[in-house]
Amino acid sequence: MVTLKIDGQKVTVRKLSTILDAARKLDIPIPTLCHHPALSPFGGCRLCLVEIKGSPKPVTSCTTFARDGMEVKTTSPQLENMRKMTLELLLSDHPTDCMVCERAGDCKLQELAYFYGIKENRFIGERRTYDKKDGNPFIERDMEKCILCGQCVRICDEIQGVGAIDFAYRGLKTKICPPFDKDLNCEFCGQCVAVCPTGALTGKMWKQKGRQNFTKIDTICPYCGCGCNITLHVRRNEVMRVSSKPETINEGWLCPKGRFGYQFISSPDRLTKPLIRIAPKEYSASYTRNIPPHPPLAKGGLRGGSDIFREVSWDEALDYIAGRLKDIREKSGPDAIGGLASARCTNEENYLFQKFMRAVIGTNNVDHCARY
Amino acid sequence: MAGLAAVFGSGAMTNSLPEVENHDVIFVIGSNTTETHPIIGLKMKNAVRKGAELIIADPRRIDLVRFSHLWLQHRPGTDVALLNSIMHVIMKEDMIDKKFIESRTEGFKSFKDSLEEYTPEYGERITGVPKQDIIRAGHFYGNAVRPGIYYTMGITQHTHGTENVYAIANLALMTGNLGRESTGVNPLRGQNNVQGATDMGCIPNFYPGYQPVTASGVRSKFQMAWKVKLSSAKGLTATEMIEAAHDGNTLKAMYIMGENPVLSDPNMKHTIKALANLDFLVVQDIFLTETAQMADVVLPAVCFAEKDGTFTNTSRRVQRVRKAVQPPGEAREDSHIIMELAKRSGYNMDYNLIEEVFEESKKLWPALAGITYKRIAKTGLQWPCPTQDHPGTPYLFKGGFPRGKAAFTVVAYRPSEELPDAEYPFLLSTGRQLFQYHTGSMTRRNDAINAVSPAAYIEIHPKDAAVLGIKDREMVCVTSRRGSIDIQAWVTERPLSGTVFIPFHFREAAANMLTNNACDPIAKIPEFKVCAVRINRTVESEENVNKG
Repeated sequence: MVTLKIDGQKVTVRKLSTILDAARKLDIPIPTLCHHPALSPFGGCRLCLVEIKGSPKPVTSCTTFARDGMEVKTTSPQLENMRKMTLELLLSDHPTDCMVCERAGDCKLQELAYFYGIKENRFIGERRTYDKKDGNPFIERDMEKCILCGQCVRICDEIQGVGAIDFAYRGLKTKICPPFDKDLNCEFCGQCVAVCPTGALTGKMWKQKGRQNFTKIDTICPYCGCGCNITLHVRRNEVMRVSSKPETINEGWLCPKGRFGYQFISSPDRLTKPLIRIAPKEYSASYTRNIPPHPPLAKGGLRGGSDIFREVSWDEALDYIAGRLKDIREKSGPDAIGGLASARCTNEENYLFQKFMRAVIGTNNVDHCARY
Repeated sequence: MAGLAAVFGSGAMTNSLPEVENHDVIFVIGSNTTETHPIIGLKMKNAVRKGAELIIADPRRIDLVRFSHLWLQHRPGTDVALLNSIMHVIMKEDMIDKKFIESRTEGFKSFKDSLEEYTPEYGERITGVPKQDIIRAGHFYGNAVRPGIYYTMGITQHTHGTENVYAIANLALMTGNLGRESTGVNPLRGQNNVQGATDMGCIPNFYPGYQPVTASGVRSKFQMAWKVKLSSAKGLTATEMIEAAHDGNTLKAMYIMGENPVLSDPNMKHTIKALANLDFLVVQDIFLTETAQMADVVLPAVCFAEKDGTFTNTSRRVQRVRKAVQPPGEAREDSHIIMELAKRSGYNMDYNLIEEVFEESKKLWPALAGITYKRIAKTGLQWPCPTQDHPGTPYLFKGGFPRGKAAFTVVAYRPSEELPDAEYPFLLSTGRQLFQYHTGSMTRRNDAINAVSPAAYIEIHPKDAAVLGIKDREMVCVTSRRGSIDIQAWVTERPLSGTVFIPFHFREAAANMLTNNACDPIAKIPEFKVCAVRINRTVESEENVNKG
């Protein structure tokens, strides 16, 4: 353990902690754009500069280890001036279209520009412009908004282990891109989108679906068994975006299904009314060698009824089922009925389902797809 | 599940997610973890970064192989031979935990004798894995301090799936690698709430909490709670139900909630015939799935974002699911539908809040007794959690096994049911891929996912492709004894030469047209991972290439 003083306050941290870690422990704010606690230190944005007593020049606190007896100052007129200039330089090569930017209100660069009151910019000059848009279906990559903090590069390499992107070109032309400047073609986990501090990386499917005023609901991902904690961003009764918080069991990381696979919720194909079959059953059994039965039920075809089913009220459907099950039970016994519960449903629903099969129908013929 | 339950007295993942990062050796067998459990995959990669050694046993060059220290590319279905020969090495070089074996296990002697014939040479002959690699695997695992074994359906979906699981359990038992933090045996569950559905008694032989339906004491407890007489006969498993509907004509009606067996069960023609044979079929789902299209009544249910409740993840963590949006049209919660059906069948199920259902299940299963909705509002809790102040159980078997002493099982290698022959020369394995999910009813309604994963494909090794004259992305016809599909060929070095792989998400080229419905005799899990197929270039393939 090492003990140091930051802005006059004593703090003890583990060996190999950085000054930034120590300051965060004391809740002392130091602005950063390239730092992420789960990633290796980068020291690229130069905003986390601090002064150390006895050291001639300021150092980046994210890459400097805390040492015993260190006395650190996180703010001074000189430091603030340097930070402001760094921000001005970053903003001199950044579009000022915050009004229409997906990340407005949730952008670290915008927030710092606000705190440092950067209204005019001394350094306006040549700007990076890119005509080519990335054609991948998931991630909008607006490289004009990229501040080259490298968090996406590091997360892709260090957490995801994919390494789909890296720094390319030099000087003003420097940009983050996939090999040979091609379209992104990766696992599309969207971890890079989650860590991007600006509007450079956003989800294509939540474009213009709203920035603030979401109701955020914490729930669990409906796909595999990892049980990742997700947050649904809801507006006008529609899930507009999925995110995950860093303090969850999945540490905020998600996979492409968890992050981008929510479109089905508001799919027009969702069933909305109980249906009772009117066509004879043989219809389904007759199918060609390749394709499973798929009656001509085009989109919307269901709503107006179809050749196979007619829409009925809940009362009619439930009474019909209860009646038929009762008949079969009386004629062939309870064990002539079987139930398949669902690994997609909740514990409560599965409890009720097996209780229904056992207590109401009277059979232990109840299972689910654990075997598939 | 059945396998582990028989050995330990409890069948679930013994460790929890955060522990994955702290193993010193990770042995992944029959699990394409980065694609099927991506977040656990991340934790494995992180463990490797922190210095863990990663051993993978998989016939396919899965993505995780890039991070591994040792990759055993064994022939599909030879897991028992591979594991037994690894154990032979561990036994011979005396890397066993004698104290653990003596105090906490039984049946060691006969088990020890059974390993004698499984020399690395024998292992090499059966599995195709070089014997040096088998020995190395034995050294890696045998010398580990905190090893974890991870497996999924690559182990269980065989006609000898239970034996595979027994072999894995033997490996952990002989080295005493159970009951400690970051040390154990971990079956990864494939769906968000498989663990929960099993916990809650949606299995034919157990009431909620793995309490056997055949035990009269247990039964009378449930009879008292539910105020009704219960059947003492063990029920049918899903695969047996399909069988009973198909042949025996003993099953007349089925009530299917949120499942799509037409696509997910093996031997699709067989499944369809079975379902068509039923007098009455009710399907409750959010989409008109292939199974729902065969139903007499279809009930519109709501999805995860439209209801409250709990899911239990693969590491036994009970977590809160919350309603975020209103369901479409007249769709209703599954719980509501079941209660209404019960009422109309003359049995009263009255719950005002879904939480009351959870409370009732807790009373009948003490392992959940300490969990309340309030306690899991922020972070879930892992069962067993018997009291209100219990912190939950991150890893199992700390003090001992539920069944007292854990049992070694003598497991002998036997080949899979249907192996390649002259007529059907290729071995087909089926499974999942990263972007699509299960039968695709959810993910295939996503434009972005469809853009990157539009259609089914068969992975075929370049050597085999050259022999057959198949070019990459060419359409081929794949035929097994049960059916035939047209599908695009991907010529890739991922599969072992002589084996091919098809993901089962795609209805238009459904892998389960081909698969064998032969089952493991104990767990009743079908053999999705091994069947024999023939591959032909399709006549119309030229046209397709030109079109595409």
